[in-house]
Amino acid sequence: MPRLSRWLARTALLYLVAALSVGAALVVRPRAPWLGGAWPVYLHLLTVGWITQLIAAVAYWMFPRPDPRAPASDRGGWVFYVLLNTGLLLRAYAEPLPGARAILPFAAMLQLAAILVFVAGIWPRIRGR
Amino acid sequence: MSRIFLRLALAHLALGATLGAWVLAAKGGWPAGPGWLVGVHAESLLAGWLLNLVMGTAYWILPRHATGPARGRAGPVVVALVALNAGVFLAGSGLSLPAGRALEAVAAAAFALHAWSRVRPSSRPAPRAP
Repeated sequence: MPRLSRWLARTALLYLVAALSVGAALVVRPRAPWLGGAWPVYLHLLTVGWITQLIAAVAYWMFPRPDPRAPASDRGGWVFYVLLNTGLLLRAYAEPLPGARAILPFAAMLQLAAILVFVAGIWPRIRGR
Repeated sequence: MSRIFLRLALAHLALGATLGAWVLAAKGGWPAGPGWLVGVHAESLLAGWLLNLVMGTAYWILPRHATGPARGRAGPVVVALVALNAGVFLAGSGLSLPAGRALEAVAAAAFALHAWSRVRPSSRPAPRAP
């Protein structure tokens, strides 16, 4: 398993723990003021941080490379990793805090850029052997 | 067939993420989108991205048959592919939520019909424990 995929998979596992912790807090202390607006954060820690990032880990690892003889380059994968996690962490910080919501568009653009980098990088690797 | 599923999955991912970015940016003061945005975002990602990815990968990687077509008859998988993506379109766009959900259920049943006989031990023997 390449280093990029190990980082993606381990980071995904951390998001799983974080998401389920937030989910538990939402059930145990549903009226806690610091949990206001945390429901979408919980959903996106699970679906973006855990599921999509784990899928990306496996895709970068297993999908056939465009040219198997060329040296492997994971540069696009690392760009995806940094953009996705910066955007998601900014969202998780800013969304429950009304005073910090001005940074949400920036978080949105980072995550969107990450997904487009991922799609552009994996698209040519979907091919027959 | 797997390549079609996987490319559709990536297309749904790009669409769903674009709409999701709009929804999130609107929470930060950017212009809000139309009301259907959240529904299409969720449908594209939860059904379009994840189910196309799962079905495409399963079709590619499940154990193949020793006789006949290696991956079995293509009919049920074609039904699953068409029904799933038509269902995501109908449910996500709001044209007909019941018809969309029904088509997604048909896709699930057709894919289960295909995959059922491929969920079995691999024909290659597993290495013996020392």
